[in-house]
Amino acid sequence: MTDTHAASGEAGLHEAPQGFLRTYVFSTDHKMIGRQYLFISLFWMVLGAFYAYLLRWQLAYPETDIPIFGRPIGPEEYNAFLTLHGTIMVFFVAMPLLLAAFGNFIVPLMIGARDMAFPRLNMMSVWTLTAASIVLLLSLVVESGPAAAGWTGYPPLSAVPDYTGVGYGMDLWLLALALEFASFLMGGINFLVTPLNMRTRGMSLMRMPLFVWMVMTASVIFLLSVGPIIAGAVFLLLDRNLGTAFFLPSGGGDPLLWQHLFWFFGHPEVYVILLPALGILMEVTANSARKPIFGYKPILIAVFIAGFLSFIVWAHHQFISGLDPRLATPFSVTTILISVPFALVVFALMATLWGGAIRFTTAFWYAAGGLSVFIFGGLTGIFNGSAPVDIYIHDTYYIVAHIHYVVFGGSLFAIHDTYFVVAHFHSTLFSTAILASFAGIYYWFPKMFGRMLNETLGKIHFWGTFIFFYMVFGPMHLLGIGGMVRRIYNPAQYESYQGLLPMNRFITTAAILLFIAQLPFVFNFFWSLFAGKKAAENPWEATTLEWTTPSPPPHGNWPGAVPEVHRGPYDYSLPGEASDWLPQNQPDRGAASARG
Amino acid sequence: MRSAHAAETGGSGFASSAKLGLWWFLASEIMVFGGVVASYFLLRLAGPGWGDDIAHNSTLLGTINTIVLLTSSFTMVEVHAAWNRRDADAFRRFLGLTIVLGLVFLVIKGFEYGAHFREAIFPAKSLFWAFYYGMTGLHALHVLAGIIANVSLLVVAWRPEGLMRFGHRAEMNGLYWHFVDVVWIILFPLLYLG
Repeated sequence: MTDTHAASGEAGLHEAPQGFLRTYVFSTDHKMIGRQYLFISLFWMVLGAFYAYLLRWQLAYPETDIPIFGRPIGPEEYNAFLTLHGTIMVFFVAMPLLLAAFGNFIVPLMIGARDMAFPRLNMMSVWTLTAASIVLLLSLVVESGPAAAGWTGYPPLSAVPDYTGVGYGMDLWLLALALEFASFLMGGINFLVTPLNMRTRGMSLMRMPLFVWMVMTASVIFLLSVGPIIAGAVFLLLDRNLGTAFFLPSGGGDPLLWQHLFWFFGHPEVYVILLPALGILMEVTANSARKPIFGYKPILIAVFIAGFLSFIVWAHHQFISGLDPRLATPFSVTTILISVPFALVVFALMATLWGGAIRFTTAFWYAAGGLSVFIFGGLTGIFNGSAPVDIYIHDTYYIVAHIHYVVFGGSLFAIHDTYFVVAHFHSTLFSTAILASFAGIYYWFPKMFGRMLNETLGKIHFWGTFIFFYMVFGPMHLLGIGGMVRRIYNPAQYESYQGLLPMNRFITTAAILLFIAQLPFVFNFFWSLFAGKKAAENPWEATTLEWTTPSPPPHGNWPGAVPEVHRGPYDYSLPGEASDWLPQNQPDRGAASARG
Repeated sequence: MRSAHAAETGGSGFASSAKLGLWWFLASEIMVFGGVVASYFLLRLAGPGWGDDIAHNSTLLGTINTIVLLTSSFTMVEVHAAWNRRDADAFRRFLGLTIVLGLVFLVIKGFEYGAHFREAIFPAKSLFWAFYYGMTGLHALHVLAGIIANVSLLVVAWRPEGLMRFGHRAEMNGLYWHFVDVVWIILFPLLYLG
């Protein structure tokens, strides 16, 4: 076909936009869209963290006035804030930050493209997320309050307004999620088509940086897992508003159906967040260790296997929900199996560090920290996967801790309904995702904004975050093993939990210190944005293509022709070379590249 | 399709970006309807028989609608064939026919809904009807989206210059339209015959 119009979908060299609105607001430039995602997620991160503070205060000093907030929170508010904290952190922080902000800014630069494959679809995705954000904010102010059925929205609690006392707030929550999913469907299509179709000359698939592969794999997982929960959300809206009974036993429905639909998406979602986080860890690790990634292809194979397995582990979230015990065994097996490919990735990263001439930048510390919490979170995940153990710890704080380790530190798992679950979730997701996000911010900030972040403040920020992180989420595992149930408004009113109060206070104190530890980052971010040291083209002496153009890159990404690729992405410390790094666009000097 | 990007880099694509993107979109759509259909089976296998409710649906109207939609898939293919021949008359004729058949489908569906409403059959009546309205409603929205896409193609490709510029979109519209057709082929036995 002979169509030469960029309008048909292929991004070409469109004209640089004119005017404030076209440049900063309604931009189709992937770099501006990446920055927009970054700021949206940072806004939500502040709000999500504030809710965490309110919840933690209530658990440590029940029903007392909360500093800054000015009054205690009630049981209904507790449920609502709990729901919001989970919803915000997973859907409005982790996904926009890891997948959308870095994915948008970095992927086209890494593969040598001038923009995404569908720039206007890209703009639509960020504006759909903005609409989702507005709807979620609206749900905070409607009468009868925001959604309060937990971030997993289990019916019948979520299906019958009388149970939670929440009216429109719950419908708006569902609408916000639906819009968020739509936004990431559009984004996901871009993340898949762009690396497949827009690579520069010489950039074969096996020469793509691993971050690009991780974003692509995460997008495939998202596109193929989100459908059922969209169907479930429609059913739930019908149950709430038209009197149907998809999830209500009174009318022949089944609440377990929602759990299947939710977790068929919810567990793969863990990897949607985790994989880009691991991608950042890989880029930063190779660059800091000055060594090629150990086992590029084995890592890819492991991640593809994990992506496949992620679709058949979901029922491990339902071991105590009335799931047929005969089903529990296969899901236990697959869950434990999925730790094998991730163990491979962890060992590959450690082997990359082994013997490297490590440069101890802030980005490196965050990558190493992210790896540490990911190992810790992954280990607690093995307890969750095993049905007999899970049945005890489910819904305890163990899970809360786990998810924060893997997501914040590493990814997202949820021992059920005890704090072991809470601990596991946070240790895997919260920790890995957040630490990897910081690694990404410290690493790519110079490219995104043209200025360097202050390294001293960065290291203070890292050690504060890392130490207090372990102090918050480590003890949560002990709360879970101690039997403390999660999602509980006032643990002090039960005699059996009173012995756990000192530990809860310890955690809350550490959490407040964790928040305070973020202040150097906030200052560093905004100060450096306007007054930081001007960044050179390639401050980290990195090999991938995003470092072959000025910081920040101009519209169209390269002032001249797009670079041509001659080698693999991690040619660090090749024997016989003058420098310890060869960028991907450096031609061979006759000799064959050691990797390629 | 030779884009500015392909001209600059020699091109590295598997298929046109539009087609790749559409295939990924359809893959996610399959999962949406897959979730709906899986839920149908899960609840139907668990609950008492839905046979009486299903028998209440008019097999005749359902069959007619199936034929209408299948025929529209045929005319959609003819649109694409007309584009390949650069035959502007056939392009307009078959695209218009596809749009009309899509509308006929929706009108028949509307009569069915109207008849149900008069008998006070609403989604809340039973689990089957909840699925019936949920599934056919979701499908009808997809038909509507396809009609809108086809109408906009007809508008921009009405004149020969427009056809040359936008005619290739017939293939994209066709892929989507066939998908919507296939979904109906799965829904029809579940909601009218089963």
